[in-house]
Amino acid sequence: MTMYSPRSTFDRHLQRLTDEVLVLGSLVEQAVLKSVEALSRQDRVSARSLYHQDQYINERRYAIENECIVLLATQQPMGRDVRYIAGILEIITELERIGDYAKGISKITLLMDDDGEPEAMEVLQRMANIGLVMLRRALAAFTSSDVAAARAIPPDDDAVDRLYNKLHDRMIEVMLNDHARVNSANYLMWAAHNLERMADRVINICERVVYVNTGEMKELDTPNGLEDLKR
Amino acid sequence: MTAEPTLNPAIEARDISLYYGDFRAVKNISMTVEQNKVTAIIGPSGCGKSTLLRAFNRMNELMPSARLEGEIRFMGQNIYAPEVDPVRVRRQIGMVFQKPNPFPKSIYDNVAWGARINGFKSGIGTPSMDDWVEHCLRKAALWDEVKDKLRQNGLSLSGGQQQRLCIARTIAIQPQIILMDEPASALDPIATLKIEELMRELIEEYSIIVVTHNMQQAARVSDYTAFLNMDTDRAGTLVEYGPTDRIFTRPVDPRTEAYITGRFG
Repeated sequence: MTMYSPRSTFDRHLQRLTDEVLVLGSLVEQAVLKSVEALSRQDRVSARSLYHQDQYINERRYAIENECIVLLATQQPMGRDVRYIAGILEIITELERIGDYAKGISKITLLMDDDGEPEAMEVLQRMANIGLVMLRRALAAFTSSDVAAARAIPPDDDAVDRLYNKLHDRMIEVMLNDHARVNSANYLMWAAHNLERMADRVINICERVVYVNTGEMKELDTPNGLEDLKR
Repeated sequence: MTAEPTLNPAIEARDISLYYGDFRAVKNISMTVEQNKVTAIIGPSGCGKSTLLRAFNRMNELMPSARLEGEIRFMGQNIYAPEVDPVRVRRQIGMVFQKPNPFPKSIYDNVAWGARINGFKSGIGTPSMDDWVEHCLRKAALWDEVKDKLRQNGLSLSGGQQQRLCIARTIAIQPQIILMDEPASALDPIATLKIEELMRELIEEYSIIVVTHNMQQAARVSDYTAFLNMDTDRAGTLVEYGPTDRIFTRPVDPRTEAYITGRFG
């Protein structure tokens, strides 16, 4: 049903903002994907270029933030509109931080002093893949206002956590057995930590999707925090 | 309709419907207005906001065809009960209108008039009229601007000052509730903010019900917001009523959402 809306101009602004969030999302996704690839191939040229590309992600994020502030000041949005813009402000912060993780992984590639463990590289790839699928689904849930889809994503974080724990244990073993590899094992642990945090930030995005569409502000984390400690 | 505030009622509408002749302008509204708070009534043109506001001090009766069903309870009494004097009701529940309407008299006399109709007599233990006029002008945040020209005509003031003078005149009658019908719609943004700031100060002593077309004003100034809308029979109904912060960020009714986001009809 098409209906005259006295908010057509504002709606176009919101649509453009949404498109820009998706562009930022795909830039971040590419950054994570490529930084993990560069790490597993020990591709320093690519890592160096990815390290510097993070600046571009930051700039895009600031541009979106600025547009949100202008809309708040000039349009005085209320109800779902103000939740939507507040949601975008939060989501772009999470995306930018995920971009920082990719940058961190690129830096690790540049710092590594050996080729690392093929087994660890494979675990990192799997963590990145799961996290990035979560990210893609979260942004799709955002654009389609699909609360059920957003709620369905956080449980996938468990798989990321399990891989992280697995890699962590393996790297401790490496460090205990081969002192020459302490440095690189430590770096790979950090890379894994970045990917684990990425999945957590995707959950924050899911929480914003729920908030924008329902007004409900609640954590969607799966309650397994303390049990991990007894592992 | 969602939950409404009920802690310390200042005034309470119980299932009221208001008619102009055969036309029902407002139907089946029940709402409790909280004491020492600002309650805003918002809604599209013609939805009965001002009609509802005027019902709270029997101002509609000044129109011969107007009629009310239901009850409005104030201090334990139905203000529409036959034994109640409407003039006394209007002293306890004052009103400030859209267009500032000071009397064509001095600033001083505008305020003193309010005091005199309330039987103000100065004497031992009570303030002098001069003190009372000063008190009311201070309460209305106007004193500093007019203290050196109290004998000037009230109409010589700016629009915003005139409106604050009308508020001072209302305060002089010592009401419990102040009704305001679009009190700032004829004022510039700064004068508007002064009125809004004044409303926040006045609720220390009074309860305020304000009708406004300006949603941002309702959001800025009120503690509770009531959204009225026209039903299919064109009678105004109360769609949603609740804390202002919730109404403007998380309204429950889709009609409220459509109205406050400007995607109405």
